[in-house]
Amino acid sequence: MSSYTLDARNSLCPMPVIKTQNTVNELKAGDTLEVTSTDPGALNDIPAWCRINGHEIINAKENDGVVVIVIRVSD
Amino acid sequence: MSTPRKAVALISGGLDSLLAARLMLEQGIHVEGINFYTGFCVEGHTHAIRKKDKSKTKRNNALWSAEQLGIKLHILDIIDEYKDVVINPKHGYGANMNPCLDCKIFMVSKAKQWMQEKGFDFIITGEVIGQRPMSQRKDLLPVVVRESGADDLLLRPLCAQNLAPTLPEREGWVDREKLLAFHGRNRKPQMALAKEFGFDDYASPAGGCCFLTDVNYSRKLVDLWQARNKKEYELDDIMLLKVGRHIRPAPHYKLIVSREDGENKFLNGYRKQFSTIEIKSHGGPLTLVDGDLSEDDFKQAASIAARFSQGREAESVNVLITPHGKEGYSLDIPPMSASEIKQEWHV
Repeated sequence: MSSYTLDARNSLCPMPVIKTQNTVNELKAGDTLEVTSTDPGALNDIPAWCRINGHEIINAKENDGVVVIVIRVSD
Repeated sequence: MSTPRKAVALISGGLDSLLAARLMLEQGIHVEGINFYTGFCVEGHTHAIRKKDKSKTKRNNALWSAEQLGIKLHILDIIDEYKDVVINPKHGYGANMNPCLDCKIFMVSKAKQWMQEKGFDFIITGEVIGQRPMSQRKDLLPVVVRESGADDLLLRPLCAQNLAPTLPEREGWVDREKLLAFHGRNRKPQMALAKEFGFDDYASPAGGCCFLTDVNYSRKLVDLWQARNKKEYELDDIMLLKVGRHIRPAPHYKLIVSREDGENKFLNGYRKQFSTIEIKSHGGPLTLVDGDLSEDDFKQAASIAARFSQGREAESVNVLITPHGKEGYSLDIPPMSASEIKQEWHV
């Protein structure tokens, strides 16, 4: 199990989701991915993408316009 | 118990594709969605850059649809491949720069490719005969089937009973009797079905998911091509067409003037790619400058930018001009009067 980061700042919906999706598809079950985004919608969309694809959200927060979401990859 | 047949659904985020996918789920079909990102998609977030739209829900409607349906959604980045559709549409443009028929053909062909790669059995869309003037005319639906290569693997559940049976119907994978015969522009049947399925808060029923159908956006895209003397674009080009006031005082340069704080923040992300003008003595917009400007051009551009600042009535406004890749310099400049900014400069 490894930890990874993804910088998706300065891209608008749905690019943060697409970047998250493409990165997660390369990871193994149990890996974690921390995604950083400046799109305010990422706080809704990345968790939504995780829910419909069965991945776990460990943490999701927004501070001063920067969204940080930590995902645990499932099978 | 046999393995259910698998359908890939084109999910736009609108009501029709939501209903079409739901009808397949009702028949026990395994459905997964695909959604294409072209760069021209109208998303709540793009609008959310501007303060006036802050109250709108910041959600991706395709993801929302998938969650309502309980299906997986695969969002595919087709930005580069899609350029040829926009630049060279075989079937031409609609009322604006929207190549709707070529777009539908392209997306169905991509869906077929995805279907084959993933081992799915057929494709479904939310198309309804006669609903859209270009891509959903009765005489053009067969063109999509033929030119996409999907042939009779393309099922349109909402209007299937008005069309010849497709392979999934003939083989009994789906029950044709349970498919629908919607047609025309009347949206009431879809709304009634949405109510029956318990869907509310769905995206605007009339669609409008693409900036290329917008007259103002299309005008800016044509202006971009004319100024560059060639039909091409990158993602950043088409994103910036969605934001700010676009003013072209001369053929060789254009200003993108933010209209409020949200746009200021967004344009700020592009400051390394453009020359910029910042208002220093008053509150005011960040302006990106696209083009190769002389010193006099920068003075004119700064005077225009100052017009949109809180110092518009002042005798002089101090600005910081930063030519692309160079050191910035300070300049005191009188704001241009409203009458001096020619109407034809506004793109």
